[in-house]
Amino acid sequence: MIRLEARPSPSRLAGILSPVIALVITVGVAAVLFLVLGKDPMRGLSVFLVTPWNGVRALTELGLKATPLILCSLGLALCFRSNVWNIGAEGQFLIGGIFGGGLALLVTVHPVALDRWGFFPLLVLAGALGGALWAAVVALLRDRFNANEILVSLMMVYVADLLLSWLVFGPWRDPKGFNFPQTMSFAAATGVPRLVPGMRLNLGFPLALLVAVATWLFLFRTYRGMQLQVGGPAPRAARYAGFSSRAALWISLLVSGGLAGIAGALEVAGPMGQLTPYVSNGYGFTAIIVAFVGRLHPLGCVLSSVLLAMFVIGGELAQSRIGLPAALTGVFQGVLLFSLLACDTFIQFRLRWRARA
Amino acid sequence: MTTPRLQLAHVTKRFASLVANDDVALTVEPGEIHAVLGENGAGKSTLMKVIYGALRPDAGEVYWNGTRVEVRSPHEARTLGIAMVFQHFSLFETLTVAENVWLGLSRQVSLQTVREGIEAKARDYGLTLEPERPVHTLSVGERQRVEIVRALLTDPQLLILDEPTSVLTPQAVEKLFATLRQLAKTGCSILYISHKLDEILALCQRCTVLRAGKVVGTCHPKEETTASLSRLMIGAEPPRLQHRERRPGEQVLQVVDLSLPKIDRFGVALENVALEVHQGEIVGIAGVSGNGQQELLAALSGEDPRCREEAVLLFGRSVGRLDAARRRQLGLHFVPEERLGRGAVPGLSLAQNLLLTRTEALRALGWIDRSALRRQAEAIIGRFTVKATGAGAPAKSLSGGNLQKYIVGREIDAVPKVLILAQPTWGVDVGAAAQIRGELLALRDAGCAVLMVSEELDELFEVTDRLYVMAKGRLSPSVATAAASVELIGEWMSGLWPKSPEIPLLEKTGATP
Repeated sequence: MIRLEARPSPSRLAGILSPVIALVITVGVAAVLFLVLGKDPMRGLSVFLVTPWNGVRALTELGLKATPLILCSLGLALCFRSNVWNIGAEGQFLIGGIFGGGLALLVTVHPVALDRWGFFPLLVLAGALGGALWAAVVALLRDRFNANEILVSLMMVYVADLLLSWLVFGPWRDPKGFNFPQTMSFAAATGVPRLVPGMRLNLGFPLALLVAVATWLFLFRTYRGMQLQVGGPAPRAARYAGFSSRAALWISLLVSGGLAGIAGALEVAGPMGQLTPYVSNGYGFTAIIVAFVGRLHPLGCVLSSVLLAMFVIGGELAQSRIGLPAALTGVFQGVLLFSLLACDTFIQFRLRWRARA
Repeated sequence: MTTPRLQLAHVTKRFASLVANDDVALTVEPGEIHAVLGENGAGKSTLMKVIYGALRPDAGEVYWNGTRVEVRSPHEARTLGIAMVFQHFSLFETLTVAENVWLGLSRQVSLQTVREGIEAKARDYGLTLEPERPVHTLSVGERQRVEIVRALLTDPQLLILDEPTSVLTPQAVEKLFATLRQLAKTGCSILYISHKLDEILALCQRCTVLRAGKVVGTCHPKEETTASLSRLMIGAEPPRLQHRERRPGEQVLQVVDLSLPKIDRFGVALENVALEVHQGEIVGIAGVSGNGQQELLAALSGEDPRCREEAVLLFGRSVGRLDAARRRQLGLHFVPEERLGRGAVPGLSLAQNLLLTRTEALRALGWIDRSALRRQAEAIIGRFTVKATGAGAPAKSLSGGNLQKYIVGREIDAVPKVLILAQPTWGVDVGAAAQIRGELLALRDAGCAVLMVSEELDELFEVTDRLYVMAKGRLSPSVATAAASVELIGEWMSGLWPKSPEIPLLEKTGATP
């Protein structure tokens, strides 16, 4: 019989290295998988691990894909550290996209005297407002009726998805779009300012990095940030200190909803330029993995966002270049998360084989 | 000369950098009640765990009835005939006494046999115990009896008791001692771990004193005094307290007819509690734990804001529904009984743990001034001689007693107007306990109102000016400490106090049936 036994003093170094070990395991699994699928594992791995880093265009694409992941995962890290289990960043992302896209649509139909730089703050604000509103529903239901935030936030994803579909199939559909479920293309003035000529990387990326720094300062340098993080590991200490669990609930949900919303608005106004039913690519769900791989630490979130963005791009390349199924990205993400959880378990516990209980 | 029941030679146990037991020798004769005395952190518990097989020593030999043995697990210890009653009980609340005992025995025995065995042992040793009662209906003293009977059913040759009296009324302590003396007469050896000197003088035939992991002496308590024993234990006599005449001022904290239903099945309901504390006095609440003290303190601190607004008055202001932070802003500070997880967040550093109750290091917009915070923590660490690697040490890395010193220090250092403490010196070594009591007296003299809940009657008699007693969720009238006696308080601890006609005087209570 196998038993897990708590280690008296879990290694701190192992805790930091655990995501790296998990990555190594994932790469190993990937190699085996390529073999089984009859592909050259070296070529497969290079498509996933090397090509996304190769050249200026590849690097800017990596930054572009990492941006929504960074924003969503920072909010989720804040939530999870506050013991609020928001797994609905995807829904908040979509609503942010609807708000940002709606604003862009409005400006496209009724032009105003604003250039991209002038429109950018409005876009960010609209996205934040949308995402925060969506998360506020979760907070309200939890606060008033003690509804489970895991279930509610997840369900709200599907509501958001259907709301988006209704809009693009119905009232917001482009009248000249041959009945495709999409809005008209937004005016050029609503686009997100780009950073490198000819590349899609935009102002969203430095904004996400700025938010990461701000989150780090908030979590580790302010009283409010410290208060939020007490409720999870030590609820009785929070009550003893008089830290409000309601404040933790509302702040963490509003902030994470707002950040996911900003990510949605940037995605819609940036690379997409119009609203379609397929705004997300699953960023909100991937961000959950990102947050945990990043140890719920802002810097970790940035690094693991780039890592997961690499998997996203690698998956697309693997599909087009060596004919592998696109679902492979999801498989690798899952393997990565499982390996990480397994590593963490073995850092906290050790295995004991025993003849009998 | 008879063969010793248990003999330890050169036992050494190291934890990383700390040597918990250093070349320890210990001899226990058959039928002897042998005390192991030492401050917290002296290595008593480690030594007992070595004997009971819960820890393996790094070096040294263990002889059992003259034969060298290696005790690899508590199971092997029980097979040898070693039984242990831990300070913290391991009983399932929802099961009956018999079922709890049955769980710890080998599986061949039927429940009926166990039931009969319990009754037989209880009869032999004068322990009142009903095998069919569910454990959650038992008082703490009765629960301890379950543990003792469970140990006795294995017919041990050596019984280890770890601080067994910390949960008992003085009367219950007497009953326990009678049982132990009777047990020793049958030839069973008893290892009695304690830091309470008077108990060791009253009960034990020999005493081994540990200090910093080493044996500093073995003596016959009958030939010693508390002063000489405490010199052996801490290397010096604790300083005597300067107890000055009190000059109580205005009433600052008042509880008016506070009743609260129990918060869960195993809680205690508060009934018509009335209490007042004045400036410049120390008021004590005596009582066996689990009689509503926790509930009362949570209602006073603001952690349980369920009571009526006007049931708790602070400086004449109704605060019954304010949370802990708001009450703290008014000057009420609180030291809870649990240190890890309530008084301190385990994973946070000592400095960060200051922020639970202290806001001096905060700047505009809630910015934390980290160097100010560190200096503040270091000052408390220094003033209360907390043994820690520094202000950055996580709270969970400290021993219980050191963390307690830090938490008490944090609240005393805040110069509160009202200070409420639960078990302020629980698990703290003798020297530091004396310092804490001295600081409390200094606070009192400076005009602070102090309310302390303690199970240690000695401590209450030493520092308080007035005493209340808590039993079954009710609070007695107060009595001036100078006019009270241990016997009186012990009687009141069973719920039998005068001038409260609604309490039947002959009520049978859980604590001393």
